[in-house]
Amino acid sequence: MEKKIVIPGDLLSENSKKAGYGTYVKNDKIYSLFCGIESLKEDKVGVIPLAGAYIPSVNDVVIGIVIVVTPSNWIMDIASPYDGLFHVSEYPRRIESQNMPEVMDVGDSIILRVKDVDSSMKVELALRDSNFYKLKTGLVVKVEPVKVPRVIGHGGSMISMLKKETNCSIFVGQNGRIWIDGRDEDMELLSKALRKIEAEAQRSGLTDRIYNFLKSERSKKKESRPAKYFKSKKKETKLPKESHSEEIYRKIDVLLDPKN
Amino acid sequence: MNDKPNKLITDDGLRLDGRRADEIRPMKIEIGVLSRADGSCYLEWGRNKILVGVFGPREAHPRRLQRADAAVIRYRYNMASFSVEDRARPGPSRRSIEISKVSREAFEPVIMAELYPKTAIDIFVEILQADAGTRTAAINASSIALADAGIPMKGLVTSCAFGKVDGQIVLDLNKEEDNYGEADFPVAMTQDGEITLLQMDGHLTPEEIKKGFELVKKGCKEILEIQQTVLRKKFETPVEEPEAEPEAKIVDTESEAAETEPSLEYAPEAAAVEETIEEAEELEAEPSEEVTETVPEAEELEEIVKEAEVEVVDGEAIEEAIEAETEEEAIEAETEEEAIEAEDESKGPWKVVKDPSESGSRGENDE
Repeated sequence: MEKKIVIPGDLLSENSKKAGYGTYVKNDKIYSLFCGIESLKEDKVGVIPLAGAYIPSVNDVVIGIVIVVTPSNWIMDIASPYDGLFHVSEYPRRIESQNMPEVMDVGDSIILRVKDVDSSMKVELALRDSNFYKLKTGLVVKVEPVKVPRVIGHGGSMISMLKKETNCSIFVGQNGRIWIDGRDEDMELLSKALRKIEAEAQRSGLTDRIYNFLKSERSKKKESRPAKYFKSKKKETKLPKESHSEEIYRKIDVLLDPKN
Repeated sequence: MNDKPNKLITDDGLRLDGRRADEIRPMKIEIGVLSRADGSCYLEWGRNKILVGVFGPREAHPRRLQRADAAVIRYRYNMASFSVEDRARPGPSRRSIEISKVSREAFEPVIMAELYPKTAIDIFVEILQADAGTRTAAINASSIALADAGIPMKGLVTSCAFGKVDGQIVLDLNKEEDNYGEADFPVAMTQDGEITLLQMDGHLTPEEIKKGFELVKKGCKEILEIQQTVLRKKFETPVEEPEAEPEAKIVDTESEAAETEPSLEYAPEAAAVEETIEEAEELEAEPSEEVTETVPEAEELEEIVKEAEVEVVDGEAIEEAIEAETEEEAIEAETEEEAIEAEDESKGPWKVVKDPSESGSRGENDE
């Protein structure tokens, strides 16, 4: 599959009816708006951007962090230029406003769905399904939102591989926040792998590369114990040597002393 | 102060820096140099050195600046106090405020601000070294940084100046030509040739302006090509995380070749970093040998010292001993550092690079 890189202002098509995402039409011709990869889908010419902020759209599932609790809303940071509003009425039970911080307080993370975005970019949030997914354990890792599709992989291939290889539970939000949970060293390894995915997002065969990466990291972990023993041994040999050289210094000092 | 050269253009049509009238200065561009910024660009154009960071779209503060229908674009042109011969007073000046305004307006027609209402797109331009034509260079760099930040644009903006020097119309003035020339005329345009910035300083006739415009169009076309190739190259080459390289090497050698080669292709700097890491890794694996090596050496030294003690004090022998001593010291310090390095994996390769010099200087002091 040949991926065509386009940059802003590149001519994509002469047929203005085919204009898709990330393009604009001028004089009946389609041009690119972004640095990205050209995508030809369903008679549309679009551009998949390779950088950029997360802009919420309806039915995205995101991970939000509470930044303000108002009497009727939780205001959420959703890793976007726009804050999200989660209204109390969206919560399954009725809560008095003074009890709101008990349910969720500033700093709490939760998985939410974007219910509505209006033209002035007021983002309304709702629960993903009827369940209230407050994240109590685990870790939230952030990747660039444009690289979220690579974390998921073709038909979820990457994410299922990651789950299997690291024994972690993973949830990927559209906004680039990724929640992972598992044993500490597994989570550490997984966040390393996620960094790697982010850095090498444009490579082909990424899933295999990450698989190899995880394998090598694992085997390295196993090797690390004898290596540590080795290091401590080395320290021991060095300590007497140090006193040794000091002795030599003293002797030389004595020899160099003009008074002698 | 008046060190005006007699002639800014020689009889055979060459300028002070050896260019012809219609040539631009050499340009060097690096993308993504700042990790905190959403998009960034470092540009060298002749002796101009410019760093641009782009942030956004992000929440606009203070909120009264927000626009309900579009993003606000903010452009800050700033000259470093060391960017010119006489120290420039830090902070905004009449000149920098003006340049910020006209440069912002040069970008407003191409940035799709209406896609991001209530946000701000910030462009910060720092002139590190100025050599005439900084506003045009800054616009060229900003254009790339904006594309790098993933901000939707109808196209790139390119900018170039023409001027009149020794009665002749020339492209892309340098410092001397700007200072002693008769006119300077910066222009910025979109890739379709629509003018988004136009300023003039000096005196020109309409014919001269027409002639200059032909030059500027040619210059901007050249610059656009440079910008486009640099951007394409950046996004085509897979982004490499230098730290990740050696890790993969340990286990599978097959992917090693595949990994190192493309990175060498796209950035010599990255290759250099990789090399240092490799070296560091190699050294890390070795120290045990070095330690065993240094121990007998130390014994030898002791013998030398003993001999020197027993025999009549011979200055030369001592000197030798000291030399050998300092050498050993250096090696020792190195291995010691490596031990620390090995213990603390989070420390980067620079530690290893830095340390031999340190131990070396310590040796000198001992002498």
